[in-house]
Amino acid sequence: MTSMSKPFIDKHLPKNKLGLSVRNYEGVMSTLCAGCGHDSVTAALVQAFWELDLAPESAAKVSGIGCSSKTTAYFMGQSHGINCVHGRMPSVATGANAANGDLHYIGISGDGDSLSIGFGQFAHAIRRNLNMLYILENNGVYGLTKGQFSAAADYGSKSKKGVSNDQMPIDPCVQALTLGAGFVARAFSGDKSQLIPLIKAGLMHKGFALIDVISPCVTFNDHAGSTKSYAHTYKYYHPLVHTDFVAHADEVTGSYDKDGAMRVAMADGGELFMRKTADDYDPRDRAQAIETLLMNKTEGEIRTGLLYLNSDLPDMQAANKLPKIPLNQVPYERLTPGKAALAKLQSRYR
Amino acid sequence: MKDLVDVSGEVRVNDFVIKIGNVNGTGSASANGLLMKAIFRMGVPVVGKNLFPSNIQGLPTWYEIRLTRDGYMARSGTAEFIVAMNAETYRQDLAEVSPGGFLLYDSTWPRPDLHARADVTAIGVPLARLVNAAFDNARTRVLMKNMAYVGAVAGLTGLDVEVIRGLVKEMFGTKEHLIDANMKAIGLGLDYVREHFPDPLPLRIEPMDKTAGHIMIDGNTAAALGCVYAGATFGAWYPITPSTSLMDGFKSFCEKFRVDPETGEKNFCIIQGEDELASIGMAIGAGWNGARSFTPTSGPGISLMSEFIGFAYYGEVPVVLFDVQRAGPSTGLPTRTQQCDLTLAAYASHGDTKHILLFPANPKECFEMAVQSFDIAERFQTPVFFMTDLDIGMNDWMIPELEWDDSYQPDRGKVLTAAQIETLEKFYRYEDRDGDAIAWRTLPGTHPKGAYFTRGSGHNWKGGYTEDAEEYKVVLDRLTTKWKNAANAVPAPVITRCGKDARRAIISVGGCDGAVLEALDRFTENGVNLDYLRVRGFPFNAEVDAFIDQYDEVFVVEQNRDGQLRSLLVNETDAPKHKLVSILDYAGMAANPKFIIEGISAHLEALGDVA
Repeated sequence: MTSMSKPFIDKHLPKNKLGLSVRNYEGVMSTLCAGCGHDSVTAALVQAFWELDLAPESAAKVSGIGCSSKTTAYFMGQSHGINCVHGRMPSVATGANAANGDLHYIGISGDGDSLSIGFGQFAHAIRRNLNMLYILENNGVYGLTKGQFSAAADYGSKSKKGVSNDQMPIDPCVQALTLGAGFVARAFSGDKSQLIPLIKAGLMHKGFALIDVISPCVTFNDHAGSTKSYAHTYKYYHPLVHTDFVAHADEVTGSYDKDGAMRVAMADGGELFMRKTADDYDPRDRAQAIETLLMNKTEGEIRTGLLYLNSDLPDMQAANKLPKIPLNQVPYERLTPGKAALAKLQSRYR
Repeated sequence: MKDLVDVSGEVRVNDFVIKIGNVNGTGSASANGLLMKAIFRMGVPVVGKNLFPSNIQGLPTWYEIRLTRDGYMARSGTAEFIVAMNAETYRQDLAEVSPGGFLLYDSTWPRPDLHARADVTAIGVPLARLVNAAFDNARTRVLMKNMAYVGAVAGLTGLDVEVIRGLVKEMFGTKEHLIDANMKAIGLGLDYVREHFPDPLPLRIEPMDKTAGHIMIDGNTAAALGCVYAGATFGAWYPITPSTSLMDGFKSFCEKFRVDPETGEKNFCIIQGEDELASIGMAIGAGWNGARSFTPTSGPGISLMSEFIGFAYYGEVPVVLFDVQRAGPSTGLPTRTQQCDLTLAAYASHGDTKHILLFPANPKECFEMAVQSFDIAERFQTPVFFMTDLDIGMNDWMIPELEWDDSYQPDRGKVLTAAQIETLEKFYRYEDRDGDAIAWRTLPGTHPKGAYFTRGSGHNWKGGYTEDAEEYKVVLDRLTTKWKNAANAVPAPVITRCGKDARRAIISVGGCDGAVLEALDRFTENGVNLDYLRVRGFPFNAEVDAFIDQYDEVFVVEQNRDGQLRSLLVNETDAPKHKLVSILDYAGMAANPKFIIEGISAHLEALGDVA
């Protein structure tokens, strides 16, 4: 990590509705390797926030430990961030969300952080339908500790030294689907045009939104024989559902229009357009989504896009009947029962 | 049947122990609670201790009720009257009866062997036979047998049946049939002993006036109430004995006081985590975001939470941990009490970490110190450990009524408002602007200029990542100063002087307090002069150092094997190690004065000294 600021010149850059340029959404300089997929995700996040006209202070960034987790310092320097312990970001996000549900929570994690040490917390945050955008920057490898296989490494994928992985991979999207997630997407760091709308939609989704981003590690996992390399991903990846996001749509429907696009209003604003590439795929069908992903695995295909969407599930705030005014702002007078109530209460202990 | 005789030749009024042996899962808790409450209502001070197994059903359990006309707060360690309802433990129970004492058992199945001790009077009451004849349902019979022994005990000791009736009515409210059934069962035991044992026992319960203005409450409930009054809004937890009832209490108080009657909105959030690692993470997330947050747990939970505790210490996030200690190591004895997490909590997590600890001694202090814990956590922006134990947490204690001052306002610590941030040229999270080692913080969502990055990795005073030795040390050194300054914020020690020129003293902590005070009375009676300091916070207040300095020797009384409080005193005060003599009890039972009297006496005898 670094604290090195970038030179700030944005005179000639376009401004969004808040009068801010993309530069206002950047963070400090990245210290990741040149060409790292994670930096592309960071750039996509900056672009998405800027395009959504989100006030920087309305977002809070949460992460754990690993190359991916470091990136929360590299975007949204005017938002609070918390970079906690390995695999435990979902719990911090849960508490933060309970304290103030008005913020947009952006969790950045990796396949090591989410699928090994943090597998439990990843699963339980989904079960609680925590309202957050959870980006899993997936490269199949431990970068900071120099190239060990992660739990997302495909069976038979080769390490840089030529060793073949002999354990079955964990597919975070399949897991999320079985655990009841309402927004499950897969993307590729090399395809910004797909990633940016997904980020925007995920931010506006009320509930847990997972985007599993294949994000190649140029240093330890970008060689022949790796199934998480740029070359392999470009070759085998197919968008299953084209997604576009419009921030301020005036007409809201839930059915397919003439050109085959489905329009869905997002709870936190804006409208999502989904266009299927295969006639028989329905992103509202959880079982089909799981089946498709399982089939793809055996075929070696990487299907991407918004694989599943259900915006009607109550999130953790709703399930706990939390007040409209965030808990961290409820005045003390409403929290204390006071002297008289204490006196009255004690009759039961006499 | 042997005649009732007073073997010891002494009539004891309101000064003896009734100990009930039972099988867990038989519903005896309400009968035992009823007995104790009735004695309390008669104005007699009581100490109640539940000795229960780590089990749901079928293992032995005991409930001790000490009537203490002198108002002592500890167990006596004696058992003048044992109500033996568990055939499995008859022999053990008989062996435990104090000389001159009594053993009541269910003589439906005669047991001549229970009459074997010449110095103990065994009283047979055919409880099962009486109850089976009066009630049909199997479960009812089990429950009513408990009520029947309440009646028998009342008849034998003079416990006022009208007081019991009043309590039964309160217990069952408008359910007349339950009131009638329970009173009928109580009558069975009562009538039987009145008919068969008309002479009163030398163990008498007589009305007193020493419980007015007092309540009976357990420490976990009192601590939970403290959380409510402190304005805590977020609690995350993972169930673990003996802390579970703290969150149960918080939930029930919040359901009562914190739900908007019109909208049904809840001004609190309780999340049952998937484990302790998640629970502390959630509490930290909420604390970071400006909600008063806490997690109740026990030793095993603290072990699991340790990594996150270090993160909150270094990232300076307020959070309160309630450690209801139980006997370790490892899973240990989950239903036995100890003070065995003192050093664990003081230095929890890897690297140089030091924490703030509060040590309540009874439920009254649980209520008060729970509130203080939140104030201190937010003032010092760090984890605060509330160190209680199973004895304080789960047993009902007689304490003066809780008091509340409506003028209380939470100390939210140094948090900048949006307007304050606006006036700053630049905000740096870890800048010691006031020279008190506490930096101002901002809450997410307040102002873009107030944004900062909380991290567990090396950081400088600006909040930026650093590997620079000097920058790193600046933050680390400020944390030490901040921790040291907390010595004046934690509750001051309580000092009890014997009024004579004492050369020796006792230092103790938490739930040992009652046992120490009682032991001191015995020492005074025997001409041994000892002063006493009870530690209530860590880091230690300067008074602790000054106190130790005044004596030739200081006995450190605590409930663990390794002398953990003594270790902390050696580590964190200037006291010479040889002056601090450990007096230890780690059997897992609530403290009684015996180990203190015996330990100190043995030490003095070995020295050939008496005072």
